[in-house]
Amino acid sequence: MPQLETDVLVIGAGGAGMYAAVAAAREGARVVLVDKSLVGRGGATIMAQMTVAAAVGEWEPDHWTHHLADTIEAGRGLCNERLAAILCEEAPVRIREMDSWRVGWAREDGRMRAVMAPGHKIPRCVYVDFLNTGPAVAKTLRTQVAQGAGIARVSGLSIADLAVHDGRVAGAVGINLEDGAPVGIAARAVILAAGGLTRLFRRNSASANMGGDAFALALNAGAELIDMEFPQFFPIGHLAPRLVGMDPIMWDPFRYKLGGRLLNGNMEEFIENYGEQDSGVYTAPRDITSYAIVKECEAGRGSPNGGVYLSFEHIPEPELRLAFGPVIDRLAKNGIDLTRRPIEVAPIAHYHMGGIRVDERMETRIAGLYAAGEAVGGANGANRLSGNAIPEAFVFGERAGRFAAERRSEAGAWRSDDDGRAERVVDGAHGSGRNNRAGLGALLRELQALMWDDVGLLRTEEGLSRALDRIRRMRDDDLPALAPARKTRFDHALLDWLDLRASLLAAESVALAALNRRESRGAHQREDFVETDPAYARNQVVTLSTDGALECDWAGIVEASHARAPLEAAE
Amino acid sequence: MSAGTVTIRVRRGTPEEPSRVETFAVPYTEGMSVLDAVMWVHAHVDSTLAIRYACINANACKECMVRVDGKTGYACTSRLGPEGALIEPLDNKALIRDLVTDIVPPKERLAAHLSADG
Ligand SMILES: Cc1cc2nc3c(=O)[nH]c(=O)nc-3n(C[C@H](O)[C@H](O)[C@H](O)COP(=O)(O)OP(=O)(O)OC[C@H]3O[C@@H](n4cnc5c(N)ncnc54)[C@H](O)[C@@H]3O)c2cc1C
Ligand code: FES
Repeated sequence: MPQLETDVLVIGAGGAGMYAAVAAAREGARVVLVDKSLVGRGGATIMAQMTVAAAVGEWEPDHWTHHLADTIEAGRGLCNERLAAILCEEAPVRIREMDSWRVGWAREDGRMRAVMAPGHKIPRCVYVDFLNTGPAVAKTLRTQVAQGAGIARVSGLSIADLAVHDGRVAGAVGINLEDGAPVGIAARAVILAAGGLTRLFRRNSASANMGGDAFALALNAGAELIDMEFPQFFPIGHLAPRLVGMDPIMWDPFRYKLGGRLLNGNMEEFIENYGEQDSGVYTAPRDITSYAIVKECEAGRGSPNGGVYLSFEHIPEPELRLAFGPVIDRLAKNGIDLTRRPIEVAPIAHYHMGGIRVDERMETRIAGLYAAGEAVGGANGANRLSGNAIPEAFVFGERAGRFAAERRSEAGAWRSDDDGRAERVVDGAHGSGRNNRAGLGALLRELQALMWDDVGLLRTEEGLSRALDRIRRMRDDDLPALAPARKTRFDHALLDWLDLRASLLAAESVALAALNRRESRGAHQREDFVETDPAYARNQVVTLSTDGALECDWAGIVEASHARAPLEAAE
Repeated sequence: MSAGTVTIRVRRGTPEEPSRVETFAVPYTEGMSVLDAVMWVHAHVDSTLAIRYACINANACKECMVRVDGKTGYACTSRLGPEGALIEPLDNKALIRDLVTDIVPPKERLAAHLSADG
């Protein structure tokens, strides 16, 4: 017998997973919602401090078709336009629902306040003051989940494998961290909402739980991944001095608002040298800014910690105070006085455009297996618009939950031999206990360096091949040799080992897809193929063969035609 | 201790055994947090050293509460000075391993959902 049995199992309790749980439960399904961390706390959702894009249209006239046009333009020809249309059309519905649950979207004169963000042609990004969007969203959804009838929440349960028979999902298995117990969960439908993979890169904005589990679970289950070559790098992520309690991408809006200056290690402006006007206008596109920063560092003109400077020193203190509000006190707590010293910034891995391939019902090619949130690929194509990730978590989460619930009266596919599956996973993750206690950390660091240097912002055939080669050897040789000795309670080394197992597979899929795309487009920049090639206006699909090798294939773009509707003010 | 390192002492163990304090030398950087130091040890010296944390930089997950020199606080916002620190698990929560204590709300525990006969 499995330890738990349910209609819908949701793996990962961030914005997408919690929304999915609520949506499935209100259709009458019994739901088990698990997270390897604590429910609502472990992933990106609670860390997002900035904005949520949705054509709510209260602040300025807007329509979702305009949001869609901006999303598709940013996606550089690769968006799955049907998924993008769903995202843009349903985002305002979810924003209003969150509003009815008292998330506290900022308002002025009773109207939901919306701000401009890069890539949007209309101010449509809502937020919760002050830099509190993610925590407010997480808290609101935690409350909804706790109040929802028929939702069992399990924190500290790490899912390691899915059970699939004849193309039909049967459930999942994992480890209960508190006591090390192997756990099997039989389910009629399973939703993968386990987030992204930015932790694979040396410099990232990730939490500890963003190492690509969702992608590895999907591949091993027989599902497809799409657009894996497109991780998003944010050009001016915070680098130094050490800053805690702030979103590392927070500098961007202030830079636009106030005109922060980007300076190299010699304290000179440099963006101009890369063919873009920047000084005083600060409109250089993100990819050019990232490129320029990397090149300055390569040329030995970086800041001490390997980035560049961002300076607000030329701005009078009262103006800084006005713009930063209470944030200035949080900065002071970190020992940062913007009137007296510049900070250091550098590109960081921030989001993954690629992910699990789904249809409009959020279902994969494995019957009963759904995906939601950042784990899904396709809606954002080769580049994501600022503020599109949180609505993606809401919209895709709600849909996945609603459609998964339709399977609640079906017969489950769990078989008696699945009962031992969890135990087998735990056994397979334990080794001779050779006790190389530094080995797992060293392997992760090597992977992160490799991904950053060879599969990061600027890619070449040589670097990608080298990375791919090494990752495959890590997967085949290094990882098995590092399986830790068995412990029961909160076995952190076991967790690390399972994380790495997933991370290596996810990393390999990124490197392989990047190697195959012999052009530059959006977040994928090849130094040996600098032009965008119309022949590559198609998506790449990655699968895992039965002998454990990754395979790639190409698929045509999914188009949809939605003309921009005339703009009227919302009533 | 060389100029560039700081010493942390970490109380380790499980409820089944007497606890012990282990000492680690960690590279020092200005402004580093207690969590930075523990993560460094976990990544470079001993991956069995157990601590609970998720967000690292955001101070949002609130999972990393420990005692630093006897005072309760978040490991990620407690600054580590060059003099080092003694890092211990919370003393008002049940110990699980090393710095991990049982902070999971009762309704979110697996045990709360296992059927009586399971
Ligand atoms: C610092 C930061 C700032 C951001 N700012 C913005 C912003 O301003 N606007 C915006 O639109 N987007 C922003 N983003 C992106 C956005 O936050 C994410 O894309 C979105 O929140 C993803 O939601 P999710 O539910 O899919 O995943 P997450 O919120 O990451 O949740 C995934 C959950 O799955 C759990 N999990 C992982 N693996 C397993 C497993 N094996 N078993 C069980 N559980 C597992 C994790 O613990 C986690 O709780 C930001 C991201 C970061 C990191
Ligand atoms: S690590 Fe998240 S609050 Fe400390």
